[in-house]
Amino acid sequence: MLFRYRGSEGMLAWAFHRVSGVAIWAFILLHVFDIWLANVNPKLYDDLLAIYGSPFGRVVESLLGAALLYHALNGMRIIVMDFWPSMTRYHKQLWYSNWVLFAVVGLPILVQIMAPAFGLKPPFSFGG
Amino acid sequence: MAMRVTRSGSARPQGGGWELAIWYLMRLTGLGLFVTALGHFIIVHFIFDPAIQNANWIETHRWADAAWRTVDWLMLSFVVFHAFMGLRTVVGDYTMGSARMVLTMLLYIGAIVIFAMGTMALVTFPFPVRP
Repeated sequence: MLFRYRGSEGMLAWAFHRVSGVAIWAFILLHVFDIWLANVNPKLYDDLLAIYGSPFGRVVESLLGAALLYHALNGMRIIVMDFWPSMTRYHKQLWYSNWVLFAVVGLPILVQIMAPAFGLKPPFSFGG
Repeated sequence: MAMRVTRSGSARPQGGGWELAIWYLMRLTGLGLFVTALGHFIIVHFIFDPAIQNANWIETHRWADAAWRTVDWLMLSFVVFHAFMGLRTVVGDYTMGSARMVLTMLLYIGAIVIFAMGTMALVTFPFPVRP
């Protein structure tokens, strides 16, 4: 159904933008609450942090990062078409170049986040 | 041929007023978040591992400097507007009448609460004690 809708790429871009946006909104609620908690009850925050560092937490963080990166890139696509209407003709090319950027930027981040879940050292080190 | 524009953002509202201002602010805060939110994710998930970021780490590293708190407060302002106004569009698309009004009001209240909680954390979090 999703792929037969005649909106094709534009419709998918919209659907992904909406789903990722709502997911990020939900995370923002949790995230502002946990940072608020870090001050009000640091001990409880540290317990919660154990989940963020766990393998399960890392999978969720990777999904969050994917939603964030997609939403950011497609948001740029929207801005480009809004303020430069002739680019709307190339909305499919913009959408596919988004996915190229998504993979190029996202894969190293994915490896970095997931490595500790497999008992490996994160590949990129920043000497801190 | 009729306009067959496939797009994922809403069309620019005609006639000015609040809706047009919100439309521009969604794009402006979006640009702001492209820098601040992606930068934030890179810092707390790529440069540093989440496992080390306990309350003490926030105090002694992340928020030891008022400048970082200012950046994070800017990000908070952007994200509260962008996320809650985005949800308002979603609510507007799927509900109508009193349900839409109640849910939209709840979103506005939620935005104020989240903004207050985030600001409270940023302002009242202790600074590291320097000898």
